[in-house]
Amino acid sequence: MSNINKNMTPPVIEIGVLGWMRKNLFSTWYNTVLTLIGLYFIYIIIPPFLSWAFFDATFSGTTREDCTSSGACWVFIKQNMKLIIYGLYPSDELWRINIAYFLLAVSIIYLLIPNLKYKGGVGVFLLFIFPIICIFLFSGGLGLENVETRLWGGLFLTLVIAGVGIVLSLPIGIMLALGRRSKLPIVSLLSTIFIEIWRGVPLITVLFMASNMFPLFMPEGVNFDKLIRALIGVMFFSAAYLAEVVRGGLQAMPKGQYEASQAAGLTYWKMMSLIILPQSLKIVIPAIIGSFIALFKDTTLVLIIGLFDFLGIIQFVGTNPDWLGFSHEGYVFAAAIFWVFCFGMSRYSQRLEKKLDTGH
Amino acid sequence: MTSETMIEMSSVHKWFGELHVLNDINLKVTKGEKIVICGPSGSGKSTLIRCINRLEEHQRGEIVVEGTELTNDNRSVEKIRGEVGMVFQQFNLFPHLSILDNCSLAPIWVRKLPKVEAREKAMEYLKRVQIDDQAHKYPAQLSGGQQQRAAIARALCMEPRIMLFDEPTSALDPEMIKEVLDVMVGLAEGGMTMLVVTHEMGFAKEVADKIIFMDEGQIVESKNPTDFFANPESERTKTFLSQIL
Repeated sequence: MSNINKNMTPPVIEIGVLGWMRKNLFSTWYNTVLTLIGLYFIYIIIPPFLSWAFFDATFSGTTREDCTSSGACWVFIKQNMKLIIYGLYPSDELWRINIAYFLLAVSIIYLLIPNLKYKGGVGVFLLFIFPIICIFLFSGGLGLENVETRLWGGLFLTLVIAGVGIVLSLPIGIMLALGRRSKLPIVSLLSTIFIEIWRGVPLITVLFMASNMFPLFMPEGVNFDKLIRALIGVMFFSAAYLAEVVRGGLQAMPKGQYEASQAAGLTYWKMMSLIILPQSLKIVIPAIIGSFIALFKDTTLVLIIGLFDFLGIIQFVGTNPDWLGFSHEGYVFAAAIFWVFCFGMSRYSQRLEKKLDTGH
Repeated sequence: MTSETMIEMSSVHKWFGELHVLNDINLKVTKGEKIVICGPSGSGKSTLIRCINRLEEHQRGEIVVEGTELTNDNRSVEKIRGEVGMVFQQFNLFPHLSILDNCSLAPIWVRKLPKVEAREKAMEYLKRVQIDDQAHKYPAQLSGGQQQRAAIARALCMEPRIMLFDEPTSALDPEMIKEVLDVMVGLAEGGMTMLVVTHEMGFAKEVADKIIFMDEGQIVESKNPTDFFANPESERTKTFLSQIL
């Protein structure tokens, strides 16, 4: 066995682009047929869409009369951009939202750049301080003019609902998951009941209840803000789903991890926060991000209780007599923006998984 | 010389459902004593030592560790867990933390030691088990023997007065057993009070003050190593010894 040739290279046909294509696209006759059918579908869908969306589209102008080509009329989006992004928020106060957008963007970009210092600090800012700043910026107070929530709308409202839902539902979900697995029967029973009720009800029903039924149960004169009611509904709804996701992660933990923590003298809360949750949350990152993505898209349902989120406002501007007949552009634009956000979350989840991987 | 009593178990019983896993256990361990517990699988030997730091609850009888009785009172349990270190068959290192963090975690969070001090001490113990050069790696990057030595160092970082070993070499490849046993011998020579569940009879001969043979939840035989191997009284002990020696 001493004459093994260590310098043998793989045959040319096995490597490179040709090798890859042969292996993956044309390996058998039915694989070849499938490849050709796939190519045909790409051919009949992609080029026409590209000409409609870009090559034949109109980008400049101010009114619908400027849209004379056969392609998309992006002037519609451009002219309504303010509504789409800010809703009916008063024009003089838009700077308040812009500050929030700016802070959010800067913090997220900072967190995405690898190997920077003080990331923990930025994370704490984003989770705890930024929301408080936002409350004052958006609704007023501290010398700022009050802006009623019925004027909130567009992408701004979508981000508020999704942001509040995401930031608050995870800790609540974790507590519910721990509660459901608790050894104390009352805690476990209450958590289980809570989770199963919220999971058993469609989000639309939750929102209807929050919007229409809830005020009936309140004493006369007491009136919660409709947006706050919707936020609470979305938050608990998402928390119930996350609780089950987190519970799955907790159940995947080997018993030895609990025993080693206990033997070292850690109390229940220290064991959970230092040993069990960091590992089990890591296992379920893809499922947690999946829930967040679902939540982000589900925010569009607030339309049915009269809140004009991103999608709602696009539908709304499409009914403006000046712009009738441009709903295609609106929906394509909405889909593109939603996709960017969801794809971003998905990529971030993959990065996080890689970063936290310690090889076990 | 009257030596201090570290652990006293009197008439301890435990059941798993219908199964009587510990049947009238009486055991006294004095300071610095090294006790090896052996017996067939299912004999209750692991359960016995796991009762000492309350990983299992006993249902009858009394267990007193360093003057504190084990009850449902969380404070007494936490106090005893601080004094008793444990090493597991499956190592049970925390896979998301580096070896150094594995060792310094409990001193920081339970003993409230300052971070720097806890890490220095962790390095000291890692050096003692000869894996200080692996301190910044994660458990999954270490061999089984190295992981078990890290687990011993982790337990020692709490400066326990008693160490429990639950089959510490059973999950190891043969060539790694010695490196772990060497560390345990060193620890025994340093005067640590140790309870070791193991089938390593060479180790038992070398370090044990007393060997306990258990079967069906009972202590069948309890003797010093010379007598244990030379004149076992019970038939069950004889059969067991003939099978493993």
